Amino acid sequence: MNNILLDGSPKTPTVHFDSSTGQLELRGRSIPENSIEFYRPLIDWIDQYARTPQPSTQLRVQLEYFNTSSSKCILDLFKKLETVRNAGNEVQVLWHYEADDEDMLEAGEDYQAIINIPFKMIQIEEVNDK
Amino acid sequence: MSRKLDRIFDLYDDLERQRIMLSFKGDLSPDLINAILSLIEHKMEKSEPDHRVRKRVFNVAMECLQNLYHHHNRSKDNGEGVVLAEEPQGVVMIAHAETGYSVLTGNFMAKPEVESLKSHLDHVNGCDPEQLRDLYKNKLGDGRFTPSGGGGLGIIDIARKSGSKLEYGFVPLDNDNTFFSLNVNVGY
Repeated sequence: MNNILLDGSPKTPTVHFDSSTGQLELRGRSIPENSIEFYRPLIDWIDQYARTPQPSTQLRVQLEYFNTSSSKCILDLFKKLETVRNAGNEVQVLWHYEADDEDMLEAGEDYQAIINIPFKMIQIEEVNDK
Repeated sequence: MSRKLDRIFDLYDDLERQRIMLSFKGDLSPDLINAILSLIEHKMEKSEPDHRVRKRVFNVAMECLQNLYHHHNRSKDNGEGVVLAEEPQGVVMIAHAETGYSVLTGNFMAKPEVESLKSHLDHVNGCDPEQLRDLYKNKLGDGRFTPSGGGGLGIIDIARKSGSKLEYGFVPLDNDNTFFSLNVNVGY
C-alpha cells in the first residue's frame, strides 16, 4: 500500500505514515476549520493498514496546537489503531508535549483514559515543525 | 478638524485605554481567521514571555474564531437593521491587562439557538476544573460529531484553557437574530 507523506501547513500537521515500517507520525499544528475533511484519508489509510499491519506499530504525535474539531478525528485515528492492537499486534502512541505545556500533557492523558493503547508521554523542549 | 477626523483619535484613545492589542470587525473568512491568528501569535511573542500563557491565549482565540465561523447565521447589522451577509460577520479583540489577557468576540446568531447555547455556557460555568475535564473526556469519547466536527467541545476547551468563568451576553436584534458576545479571560 502507498505511504502518506504530507507537508505541514499553518493549519495542518506534517503527516508521515509508513506501512513498511509501521512508523506513523503527526507533527506540527492541527487547527483546520474542517478537520473531518483532512483526517478522513488518514483514517481510511489506517483502516487499510489494519488488514496487514506490521507486528509493531508506533504513532508519534508531536503537536504544538490542535483544535477541538481535530480532537475527535485524532480519537478516531487512535480507535483504528486500537483494532490493530486487539488483533494481537504491538501498538504504541508516543505523545510529545513541550516542557511547560501541561495542557498538552493533560490532553494526552485524556486520550489515554479513553483508548486501550499504551501511551508513552515524552517531554520535549519545543515542537519541531520543520 | 471635522468631527469624523476627531473620531479617529477618539477611537485610538479608547482602544489604548482599554489596552486593546488587536481589534478587528468585519468579514471572517478562513483566510482572514488565519491572518488574525498569525497576527495574534506574532504580537504575543513580543509582549508575553510566558510560553504557556501565549499558547493558552492563542488556543482560546482560535477556538473563539472557529466557533464564530461555524455558528454565525450569515447576517450583519448595516446600521438600519439586520441584513444578509456573504461571509461570517463578527468582531474580535484581544486586550492585555495586569492580570492577564481577554479574548473578546461577538457575532450574529439565530435566535432559536440562543437558549441551548446559554444553557451550555451556564453548565460549563458551573463546573470546577476537574468536572470540566470529565465533561470534556465524556464528550470526546461519546463518538458523536457535530457538523463542525468538534462535537460540542469548543466551549468546554475554552473554559479549561481560560481557568475563569466565561462572561457572555446576548443582544436581541429582531425576531430572528441575536448578537452574541463572549469575553474569555486568560489569567497568569
